[in-house]
Amino acid sequence: MQLALVRRQYPSRVLSVFTPFIAFGLTLLAGSIMFAAQGLDPLVTLYTYFVEPLIETWSLHELAIKAAPLILIGVGLSVCFLSNNWNIGAEGQFVVGAITGSALPVLWPDFANFATLPLMLLFGVLGGCAYACIPALLKTRFNTNEILTSLMLVYVAQLLLDWLVRGPWRNPEGFNFPETRIFNDAAILPELFSEYGRANWGIVFALVAAIGVWLMLRKTLKGFEVQVVGASPRAGRFAGFSSSRMVFFAFGLSGALAGLAGIAEVAGASGQLRPVISPGYGFTAIIVAFLGRLNPLGIVAAGLVLALTYLGGEAAQIALGLSDKVVRVFQGMLLFFVLATDTLIHYQVRVTGGTTAGDSRGDR
Amino acid sequence: MKRSLSVLIASVALALAGNVTAADFKACFVYVGSKTDGGWTQAHDIGRLEAEKHFGGKVETVFVENIAEGPDADRAIERFARSGCDIIFTTSFGFMDPTLKVAKKFRKVKFEHATGYKTADNLTSYNSRFYEGRYIQGQIAAKMSKQGVAGYIASFPIPEVVQGINAFVLGAQTVNPDFKLKVVWVNTWFDAGKEADAAKALIDQGVDILTQHTDSTAPMQVAAERGIHAFGQASDMIAAGPKTQLTAIIDTWGAYYIKRIEAAMNGTWKSQSTWDGLVDGILTMAPYTNMPDDVKAMAMNTEAKIRSGDLAPFTGPINKQDGTPWLKAGERADDGTLLGLNFYVQGVDDKLPQ
Repeated sequence: MQLALVRRQYPSRVLSVFTPFIAFGLTLLAGSIMFAAQGLDPLVTLYTYFVEPLIETWSLHELAIKAAPLILIGVGLSVCFLSNNWNIGAEGQFVVGAITGSALPVLWPDFANFATLPLMLLFGVLGGCAYACIPALLKTRFNTNEILTSLMLVYVAQLLLDWLVRGPWRNPEGFNFPETRIFNDAAILPELFSEYGRANWGIVFALVAAIGVWLMLRKTLKGFEVQVVGASPRAGRFAGFSSSRMVFFAFGLSGALAGLAGIAEVAGASGQLRPVISPGYGFTAIIVAFLGRLNPLGIVAAGLVLALTYLGGEAAQIALGLSDKVVRVFQGMLLFFVLATDTLIHYQVRVTGGTTAGDSRGDR
Repeated sequence: MKRSLSVLIASVALALAGNVTAADFKACFVYVGSKTDGGWTQAHDIGRLEAEKHFGGKVETVFVENIAEGPDADRAIERFARSGCDIIFTTSFGFMDPTLKVAKKFRKVKFEHATGYKTADNLTSYNSRFYEGRYIQGQIAAKMSKQGVAGYIASFPIPEVVQGINAFVLGAQTVNPDFKLKVVWVNTWFDAGKEADAAKALIDQGVDILTQHTDSTAPMQVAAERGIHAFGQASDMIAAGPKTQLTAIIDTWGAYYIKRIEAAMNGTWKSQSTWDGLVDGILTMAPYTNMPDDVKAMAMNTEAKIRSGDLAPFTGPINKQDGTPWLKAGERADDGTLLGLNFYVQGVDDKLPQ
């Protein structure tokens, strides 16, 4: 009895739509087993985890806050990954965007008028974009592996932020504690419906970016170019597309969106810079991008799901005493199942060696 | 469908109710680290458990751990405020502004924030005078060191840590006026690898006493391997160095938590800004071990004097590191100055990161 993966002649369209749902279902199943192993009622736990955060208004606002950076970054990454550019450093571009955007309210706290916030957002976008162009330059010029360079630059960005908030940008009235001054009111990203919760304009940026990139990929020549260069660089060359310009476009766009996410996070939820401003949004967004099938609209849904795992994990921790590590286990399982089920789009599982179907199912 | 949903909700409610005992008061704790970190957060969790035990079944305690400082903290605190907590303790400096924000929204809930400086009608700040223990350690170090040089593994250059370094040197100088202190900044509260490396580097530079303002037991283990003495931090670390630990500063928050929960229950809770020390029981010295009797007697005598108020570590004459005068003879530093302390006293062999 043997199992073999046989390549499909054509990728299965049905499966490519449904694998994220199958993966999510399998995650829930595996999660239930994990809860049961810890002596918790899986049904109650899943309810606390995935339903409770959705039935209260304030909690929905929190969901939007958490999902906005994931969607913004994930949408940018989808362009990178589709064009075969492996930007693993969105976390660093997020941080640099937050830094360049914050320069204005930190260094010129008295500059507070209607132009403050737009300028901050612009600086954030430019900062993230410029920072992402470093691995792009290294790749096109020296043929350096962009996975390594973009990842390494994350640590550079984090240490730069750390140095700034402990050193030159430290709050002069902050008793030496490592944080910048609190932004002036003109530098704060307004809340959408402040009487109901904290959700701010970040989620609007995320949705606009998702729709914009979706239209770009579907309706424009540039979008076609992204997909051709990604699927077959050689075909791209024949078509006259420059692969090095595509590297800069993909990195630049995803860096810009990550930078926007960074400054929106800092100007929205925090209101100041601290040594650590992200719980790993740039890395989680990689899961979001793949869970969303590298489709910007799918990424919106995926971002909301991942945000829900964060909120639910916290709710479960408080209500049921579940360890906070479970959140990361959940996210890891989700990525694992997404990648695993993706195999089924291109491959079929065939049983060879003449056994009954029942046996083979047992093996799977 | 509708029915199964309501059954589900009912079962959830039942399960939650099962968790909640007949307690009529709920105290909630937000932790920055893991409750088993062996240092800072664990000390708070021990305090929480003491309080729970003290009140029998009358107080329910809940905690949430590994909450990042920043927007996540806002949400964790708000969730607590909404879930019926009567008093919420947030136990990291970085929770200060989030706690203040939530406190403004939930006026009926009482909030207590550790190691910060902002307060409100329903928000108290509390802290511990760790430096009192450091002063005693400095005296012991000066007695026990043959080289006259101690090593200090420091986390971040914030006032609380600078107070500790200065108090250690001031204590040591009462025994040996030429005593020197070398400092290594590791820029972390908890990183066993970095702390061990710092310990080795300091020992290689000739220090024969180690102390730390970080939370892992790695420096204690390195000191034990190299056969020198060391001081524990936040928790009693005697298990990591039975022949090495001279004493340790143990954070004992339980007494404070019991006091504040009690006040909140009987309606006498008021917003305040407390900075308790040895006398209030918020910090405790681990048994004085691995030292001759005369050193032990000196340490206990100093501890008694600090408790009685006869001795304040920051009492003049004290010069700043560069030799310029800071406090005149007999002058005591006020709390405001100490809470913003950002310079060394004379005798520290290091440049304070600015």
